[in-house]
Amino acid sequence: MIATNRERPRVLLYEGAGAEPIDAALRRSIVPKLLDRGYTVTRITQNANLGNLGHNELIILGRFTRPGDFQSAQGDLKIHTRDVRDESLESLIEYIDSIADGVSEARPHWKPWFPVIDYDRCTNCMQCLSFCLFDVYGVNQANQITVQNQTNCKTDCPACSRVCPEVAILFPKYKAGPINGDEVNQDDVRREAMKVDISALLGGDIYSMLKDRSEKAKSRFSKERDDDRALKERQRCLDKLKTNIDGLDIPAEVLSSLPSFDQIQSKAQAAKQRAEQALAGQAQASQAQAGQAQVEVSPKPATS
Amino acid sequence: MSEHRPILYCRCAYAKVLPEDVKDLVLERLIDSNVPFESVSDLCEMSARKDPGLVPLSQQAGLRIVACYPRAVKWLFSAAGAAIQTESGQSESGPSKSGESESRKSDAKEPVYIEVLNMRTDTADSVCAKLGIGTKDTAEGAQSQATGVSP
Repeated sequence: MIATNRERPRVLLYEGAGAEPIDAALRRSIVPKLLDRGYTVTRITQNANLGNLGHNELIILGRFTRPGDFQSAQGDLKIHTRDVRDESLESLIEYIDSIADGVSEARPHWKPWFPVIDYDRCTNCMQCLSFCLFDVYGVNQANQITVQNQTNCKTDCPACSRVCPEVAILFPKYKAGPINGDEVNQDDVRREAMKVDISALLGGDIYSMLKDRSEKAKSRFSKERDDDRALKERQRCLDKLKTNIDGLDIPAEVLSSLPSFDQIQSKAQAAKQRAEQALAGQAQASQAQAGQAQVEVSPKPATS
Repeated sequence: MSEHRPILYCRCAYAKVLPEDVKDLVLERLIDSNVPFESVSDLCEMSARKDPGLVPLSQQAGLRIVACYPRAVKWLFSAAGAAIQTESGQSESGPSKSGESESRKSDAKEPVYIEVLNMRTDTADSVCAKLGIGTKDTAEGAQSQATGVSP
């Protein structure tokens, strides 16, 4: 889980009562600049209430015509005001960053790449949980699939969405639909269904294929200890794998950074076990529910 | 109706997914108009860290979200525990601890409908037309969820 950034101040461009409109050129330059630096920016053009988005600090920028004594009903909100009349873009950014106290710099440079589940489509089949080797998926108390460790996801790898038989896994920053969130049509479902059966596609499952390759490579390494040749072999295997699973769109970096054979085996085993446990738990819950319903509607036995 | 509805703009700052010209022009027109708006750097990032700010946003009646695909936006909010309903009437929510969807549980509540405008597929003109900006200033507009910041 990523640490929350509530400490990051929210910036308000205030053009309501007691203030004149901010210079258009400054508005145009500062808003995108702040957004690109990770700030939330709000603009108010009249006496309106400001939504509470959970920030601890609020920076109010404006051309105030009377002393900007702002008050908030949100008790713990610290308010900073700055008249922008004679300020440059650079000086304002510097001011805002100084209040953020290095938060901008400390912000992790992480492309928010992670799966998002469309629960209107998801059937809780657990294929994604079984497939992912990086513990991105988990199950909740109701044994339903959830995304638990977003930052474990390998950037630009949409492989789990490819194994989802229901096209229920989105990567909003993916280049193409329906994985990017575009509507799913019947052609998509048919196409994805063809890709689901990776076993058939590869003549074994993806991890078995990696395992075979890994074993061959291992054996070659031990016999020949030829690093160059090993590297070439690894590359050749990866190229072949990529060709075979063309369409899965798994980045080469992900394939080359896969865990060792032993790790893959144990992770796959653990994931499979978790998926099976979750499904068993769900089946049990359904049975219990059905049993209860039956008890509720069953007629009272006749007394003799 | 459109003049009075709150606007949330997503900059999609951490990936080059939205066409630059579209997201820049829409933002510029928002800034040049006289409408109040909320803007965030990246809804995906907020969803990933389950930003609590998404909850009050999701509860704003008539909110228009200017971002990407509606299906993606719906489930990003849902993943952050901020289930939303779109104007088409589709409800969305993540799994609850009891396994019952939030939408089913909240049948008794007044639905809050949200419109999503897609900067990945629509032109800036089309998005701005839907927002009612770009041709004339729309001074009206109000936010809800008061913390009551006022001078």
